Amino acid sequence: MTGRESAKSGQKPLLSLRNINMTFGGVRALKDVSFDVLPGEVHCLAGENGSGKSTLIKIITGVYRPQDGAVIEFDGQTYSHMSPVTAQNSGIQVIWQDLALFPEMTVAENIAFQTLLGRWPRFVNYNAMREKAVKALARLDVTLDVDRPLKDYAIAQRQIVAIARALVGEAKLVFMDEPTASLTQSETDHLLDIVRTLSASGVAVVFVSHRLAEVLEISSRLTVLRDGALVGAYSTEGMTQSRITELMTGKTFDQTVRARNVNANPVVLEVEALSRPGQFEDISFTVRRGETLGITGLLGAGRTELALSLFGMLKPRSGTVKLEGKPVHFSSNRDAIAAGIAYLSEDRLSLGLIQPQSIADNLVISSLDKIIAGGLLSDSRKRDLVAQWIADLGVKIGLQTDAISTLSGGNQQRIAIAKWLATDPKLLILDAPTVGVDVGARAGIFDIVAKLAETGLAIILISDEVPEVYFNADRVLHMAKGRIVDQFLPAACSLAEIEAAVYA
Amino acid sequence: MRKAVQSHATEFALLAVIAVISLFLSFATDRFFSLGNAFDLLNTSSVNIIFAVGLLVVLIAGGIDISFAVAASVVQYLAALMLGWMGGGGWISGLLIAGGLGVLLGAVNAFLIHKFRIISIVATIATFNIYFGLLMFFTRGVSIYNLPDWLTARVILFEHEMADGSWIEITLPVLVMLICVVATWVFITRTTTGRQLYAFGDNPEGARRFGINIGAMQFIAFGWLGLMAGIGGLIQAHYAQEVVPNALYGRELDVLAAVVLGGARLGGGKGSVLGCVLGVLLISITQNGLNLAGVSPYAFKMIVGAIILAAITLSNTSIEKLLPFMRQEEGRK
Repeated sequence: MTGRESAKSGQKPLLSLRNINMTFGGVRALKDVSFDVLPGEVHCLAGENGSGKSTLIKIITGVYRPQDGAVIEFDGQTYSHMSPVTAQNSGIQVIWQDLALFPEMTVAENIAFQTLLGRWPRFVNYNAMREKAVKALARLDVTLDVDRPLKDYAIAQRQIVAIARALVGEAKLVFMDEPTASLTQSETDHLLDIVRTLSASGVAVVFVSHRLAEVLEISSRLTVLRDGALVGAYSTEGMTQSRITELMTGKTFDQTVRARNVNANPVVLEVEALSRPGQFEDISFTVRRGETLGITGLLGAGRTELALSLFGMLKPRSGTVKLEGKPVHFSSNRDAIAAGIAYLSEDRLSLGLIQPQSIADNLVISSLDKIIAGGLLSDSRKRDLVAQWIADLGVKIGLQTDAISTLSGGNQQRIAIAKWLATDPKLLILDAPTVGVDVGARAGIFDIVAKLAETGLAIILISDEVPEVYFNADRVLHMAKGRIVDQFLPAACSLAEIEAAVYA
Repeated sequence: MRKAVQSHATEFALLAVIAVISLFLSFATDRFFSLGNAFDLLNTSSVNIIFAVGLLVVLIAGGIDISFAVAASVVQYLAALMLGWMGGGGWISGLLIAGGLGVLLGAVNAFLIHKFRIISIVATIATFNIYFGLLMFFTRGVSIYNLPDWLTARVILFEHEMADGSWIEITLPVLVMLICVVATWVFITRTTTGRQLYAFGDNPEGARRFGINIGAMQFIAFGWLGLMAGIGGLIQAHYAQEVVPNALYGRELDVLAAVVLGGARLGGGKGSVLGCVLGVLLISITQNGLNLAGVSPYAFKMIVGAIILAAITLSNTSIEKLLPFMRQEEGRK
């Protein structure tokens, strides 16, 4: 707990911001925000999407220029605004959520990228770059082939490359924007260890994460933003997850187990001994009408591959799938959709929704046959269909014709769900439906899920966040290494029991 | 070796295709497989290779340029006029003028793209039409034949008569081409600016966050292509011994196809000088072979098109799928 020890009061801050204001096209993104980071501490910046966290980070790192009157003090120097070069030269490093890496370049180039900067051309010293890269990776206790292009490595390793890059930059202050969003539990643990190592060596870390358990575990202090304004700065000593949620949203949420007994309902989906070697083996389960079946397990347990097989996008090697008693064989997802299976993909931003297109067009894309009149697509039918779903799911939108990218993560997710509901499915598979969605909006999504289950829809809810399936599913399957290893009934067990099994 | 094949899959695929085609042509024609013909190929491909390495730099930086070939025509014409006024000039002044004018025309593209945020394909289609229109309007399509003597005189750097009576020659265009190829290779793989161009093409937003000067990147990329277009234009005039305003019209698509064939990605961040040179050579070899085999020139385009499709499919389908022993290797890791 090095982070906590360094958070002594009266210490002079490493970074101190005052009077930060920022306006985008008439919308005030930040209002009079102040923010302090102490040397060597792990500080969490919390807030819902759109609360101004990213804007604040971009101001500190010089991507945006705040309005006049801003005061930025860093390491004894005072600035009215930063530039990316000043920020980097004075020791501020960011690990962006999208990592800002260069996939076609080698690992060494990505890590030692700073040595490639500068206005005037110089010859590249590849040996020096390689050495720096290896050294930075060694500090993180990682070995990678630094001569391979980065695109050969998976996201967890890219994350580490991004951190190693910050180390090469002689960082005094490192921002990490959602660093654990796509990591498995053991990778996350490794990352948190790395953060502790950094903090112990005197580097301050500002941590942005939606996973509040992590926030409490790793950070010593916490600054909360809401709607672009500062709510306050707090010590994490004695702080709880629900208290943070309250500060972030201004509302209180209580979580109750929603599990019901649906054993009397007819079976919708019956999977028997389904296998796809290397990804999942011998999977058998059933889902009933109105049932919400949770599937949890670590990243890489084969959950998504299983879902894609049910949805006809991957071909299982052996085993049977029965839908309402009839065996089905899908040769593509078109067959699966026609048979009544809907799949909300894990990667909503790039696969699930077409970002530049309008809300209405996104919503009807999978159910175009429903809006045909006289052989052509009918605009008025489209409008009606969209209006109906938007009302049903309580999505807040401006115009139907606005681009989907103008919506918040939570509302985008609702549109993605509506898109599939419009196909009249019998079975809805939700794969990690709350990734990138705020705490407040998450509750809204699960309210929708509960309502849908009430109407008789069979739902498979896949998530690596155990509390999500615990509170929202009727039954929970635990997948590990491609097999179903256990089944839990939330109504009859505790959250800790499942967590212990999954994270063991 | 396997690692080398994996990291240069495109180059190896191209080499394989070139080998297969050469083998086929050497059986189909009696003259193809001779050193004399090989050097002929090198001499005739020089201008396209010079253009190709220039275009490669723009593609790596995430742009595209349709205008460089007509820009090269404009440079030829202006350079011929300027050299006439100067009373002759020489290779040094000629290359300086041609290169300088080329850089200027490339900078116009960069300016439009950076200043007015016009996407590069649209901006350069516009300048393509403007350059070509201006050239045809002011020259009325009239060619220049009375070029300075130094420009039309063939410069043979090395020649040797083979046992079979054919000659092998290395001419000035080949030397200039080699210098351009090596300079581009050094520039994009060995200098910080070259790597910044890769990074910018690979992930523009990431590059911007590092404070890389985006405007400078555009000017450097299009300036480099302009420089190559200018030099290529002068060399083409030397090779053809005349300046014909529409001689290079249409060359841009041949060169673009060759560069993409060589593994450069439309969209940026990827491409190598070696791949680019092999891409041009593959197309030249095919045309040369078809020519020697007496195939109708009208069939050339069709066959070249088919080869581009085949080669791109081959290099996109990862080489492991085609060679089973490599897949096993991957599995064992």
